[in-house]
Amino acid sequence: MIDFELSPRIKATKNMVHMFAEQAVRPVARQYDENEHEKPWDLLKMVQKVMGGGIAGALGSPEKKEKKEDEEPKEKKPKETNLAGAITVEEIFWGDAGIALAFPGPGLGGAAVQASGTPEQKEKFLARFAAEEPAWGAMAITEPEAGSDTANLKTSAVLDGDEWVINGEKIFVTSGKSALEDSEGFVVVWATIDKSAGRAGIKPFIVEHGTPGMQITKIEDKMGIRCSDTVSISFMDCRIPKENILGSAEVVDKTKTEGFKKVMATFDATRPLVAAMAIGVGQASLDFMRQKLTEEGVELRYGINPHRMTSLERDVMQMEADLKAARLLTWRALWMLDNGLRNDLQSSMAKAKAGLAVTRITQKAVELMGPLGYSRELLLEKWMRDSKINDIFEGTGQIQLLITARRLLGFSREQLK
Amino acid sequence: MVSFEMSDEQKMVQETVASFATDQIEPIMRECDESETVPGEVIAKGWELGLLGGCIPEEYEGFGEEISALTNQIALEELAWGDLSIALHLMAPSVLAISVLDQGTEEQKKQLLPLFCEEEYKAASCAVIEPYYNFCASALKTTAVRDGEEYVINGSKCLVPLAQESGNLLVFATTTPGMGFSGVDAFIVPGGAKGMNIGEREKNMGVKALSTYPVTFKDCRVPTAARLGGSSGCDFLRVLSRSRLGLSALAVGMSRRALEHSIDYATQRVAFGEPIGSRQAIAFMIAEMAIEVDAARLLAWEAAWRCDNGIEFEKEAALAKNYAADTAMMVCDRGVQIMGGHGYVRDNPVELWFRNARGFASFEGFVMV
Repeated sequence: MIDFELSPRIKATKNMVHMFAEQAVRPVARQYDENEHEKPWDLLKMVQKVMGGGIAGALGSPEKKEKKEDEEPKEKKPKETNLAGAITVEEIFWGDAGIALAFPGPGLGGAAVQASGTPEQKEKFLARFAAEEPAWGAMAITEPEAGSDTANLKTSAVLDGDEWVINGEKIFVTSGKSALEDSEGFVVVWATIDKSAGRAGIKPFIVEHGTPGMQITKIEDKMGIRCSDTVSISFMDCRIPKENILGSAEVVDKTKTEGFKKVMATFDATRPLVAAMAIGVGQASLDFMRQKLTEEGVELRYGINPHRMTSLERDVMQMEADLKAARLLTWRALWMLDNGLRNDLQSSMAKAKAGLAVTRITQKAVELMGPLGYSRELLLEKWMRDSKINDIFEGTGQIQLLITARRLLGFSREQLK
Repeated sequence: MVSFEMSDEQKMVQETVASFATDQIEPIMRECDESETVPGEVIAKGWELGLLGGCIPEEYEGFGEEISALTNQIALEELAWGDLSIALHLMAPSVLAISVLDQGTEEQKKQLLPLFCEEEYKAASCAVIEPYYNFCASALKTTAVRDGEEYVINGSKCLVPLAQESGNLLVFATTTPGMGFSGVDAFIVPGGAKGMNIGEREKNMGVKALSTYPVTFKDCRVPTAARLGGSSGCDFLRVLSRSRLGLSALAVGMSRRALEHSIDYATQRVAFGEPIGSRQAIAFMIAEMAIEVDAARLLAWEAAWRCDNGIEFEKEAALAKNYAADTAMMVCDRGVQIMGGHGYVRDNPVELWFRNARGFASFEGFVMV
C-alpha cells in the first residue's frame, strides 16, 4: 500500500536526532566553518559514545550481530534500515553538513567492506567503529587524472609474496586524515592489479592507519563542508597483507566485471544518502527563509494562480516543490533497497535531482534573503557553500544523468559515453 | 510506514485501464484530434470500466468501493497515457459526481449520484474558468446573489467541457466578494436552464477532441437547494484541490507517454553512424525528463495520499499540479526537440502532446479524484 507516513520508530529517531542537531550541532556550525581543519572533538567523542559506530546505517552500517539461537524470535521488524538512515542523515545535515560529514564512523570505506568483505574482514575491520574511541573509515578512489573514470586509475598493487605493494597517489579522500592520523581507522584504496585489464583489473584494498609507505601529502582548503577533512594520500611501496584485498584477486574476463560491479553497487546505497545530505541542508535553508518571512509578516499564498503570486511566492513554491520532489525520489530509492529491489536507476535519479535542486535552492535562498543571505553572521551563505558538494561528490550530477540515461536507453558505456 | 507499492486493487485498476488505453484510446488519438471528436463507442467502453461508479457508495447505486484519490490518480495517469482529450471527456462527469459525493447534501447525493452509476455514460461538467487574462479561481467575477429562495447567477465562463451535452453543470460563483476561496460557492445548474447561454464551441490549440464552450449567465436563477453543500455551502479550495490532484495525474500520464516515445526514437534514429541517444545532448535531456516525470508523480501521489488520509492537502495539491504542469510542458517540448523536424509534423504524436501540454497551465476543475 502506497504510504508516505514514516513509521513510529523512524519518527521517534527523527525527533531525537533533530533535537540533537539543533542543540549540539547547529550552535557550533559557524565556529568550525571559520576555523577550518579544527575538529569539535568533544562533540565527536560524544557522538561515538551515544551512537557507537557513527550515524549507524547512514554511512555504511556496521555488521549486525548474529542472532543467538535461544533468543525469542522478535516481532518482524519493518524493512526500513536504509530509509531510517536517510532520515537520520537528513536531520544531522540540517544541523550542519560539515560537522555531520566529520562524524566518526565506517564511512564509504566501511560500506565497501560491508558490501564485499569476507566475514573475517568484516569482523576485523568493522569492530572498531563500535569501540570507545571515535574511528573513521575512508575510501580513496579519485586520482589527479581520474575521478569518475575509474577504469583509468593508475595506482597499482603488485603481489609480492604475502603482501600487496601499493604505489600511487589519491586525492579528495573524505575523512582521510581522521581515518589515518586522528584515529585507528583505515582507508579502502582502489588500485589496479593489471593495467591491461581495464576496469576488471581494479580492486579495492584495505590499508590500515600507520602503514609504512602511506602518507598524507595535502589537506585541502575547501569552499564548504570545511569541518570535514579532504586529503591527498601518496603510496610509495606501501605494503599490506595479502588478505587485505576486498573480493577476489582474480582478474576475470574483461566483459565480466562482477567484483567491480559489486563494489560499485555500494553506491546504490550511498547515493540516496548523499541526496539525503543535500535535502537536510535544503530544508535548513527553507526553514530559515520561512522564519524570516514570518517575522516580516510575509504570508505565502499557495492555491492561487502562479501568475498572480509575487515573484517571491513563486520562487518559494518552486523551491519547496523541488525539495519535496528530491526527498520523495530519495525515499523511493531507499525503500527499494530496503525491499531488496534493484535500485541503481532510482538511486542515480535521486542523487541527480537532489544535488541540483539543493544547489539551486540554497543559491536562491541567499539571493532572496539579500543581506541576510550574504552575511557570514548567519548560516545561509554557509549552506549555499556546503550544499554545492552534493552535486559533485559520489558522482557528479552529470555522471548520474549518464547512468540514468544508459539505463533508460539500454545503452552500454561504449554506446553512451 | 513508507511504501511505494500499490495495493492489489490499485495494481488491478492500473492494469485494466492501461490495457484499455493501449487497445482503445491510443490508436485513435490522432484521428480524434484531427476530427475534433471522440467516438461514442470508446466512451461507452471506457465507461464500462466503472471508474466513477466504483467510487460511489451502494446506497447511491454505485459499486461501493471506497473512494481513493490516489487510486483514481493511478487510473487517470493511464488514461492520459492513451490520450488527454479522451481521458478528459470520459472523466468529465467526475467533477460533478465527486464534488457532490465529497461535499453535497444528502438530497443532492440521492438525486445526482445514481445518474453516474447507470450503464450509460452521462456527460456532466464544471464551469470554473473565466475568459480573462490572469484568471484566478480565488477571484471569480461570476457572482451568485441570493434572492429569497433562489440564487441569481451572472457572469461569463469559458473552457467548459461538454457544456452542450451535459445534463448538469457545476457552476462556481462568488457569493461573498473579497473573501477569496472562501467566498466562492458552487451551484448545480441543469442543462438548458433559463438564463444560461452556451456559446459556439471553442477552438483551442490542444485537447481538440474535447469539446469546450463559453457559457454565460444572465440572471440565471437556481433554487437555494442547488447550492453545493446546501445552506453551509462548500469548501471551494478543497474542490479545486481535488481537481488539481486529478490534473497532476493526467499531466504525468501524458508526460510519461512522451518520454517513452522519445526513448524509442533516440535508440532507433541513427545520425552520424549511431543512435542519437548515444550523444549526451540527447541522453541528458531524456534522463532529466525521466527524473521529472517520476518526481511529478511522487508529488501527486503524496498529495492524494494526504487527501485520502484526512490530512490537509490543499497546498500539496497546488504544488503538485504546478509541478506536473511544468513537467508536462518541459517533457513534451523536449520530445519535439529530440525528434527535430519529425516532431513538428502531424504524422508524429509529439506535436499533439506538445499542444496539449500547455493546456495544464489553464485547466482548473476539468476532472476530479
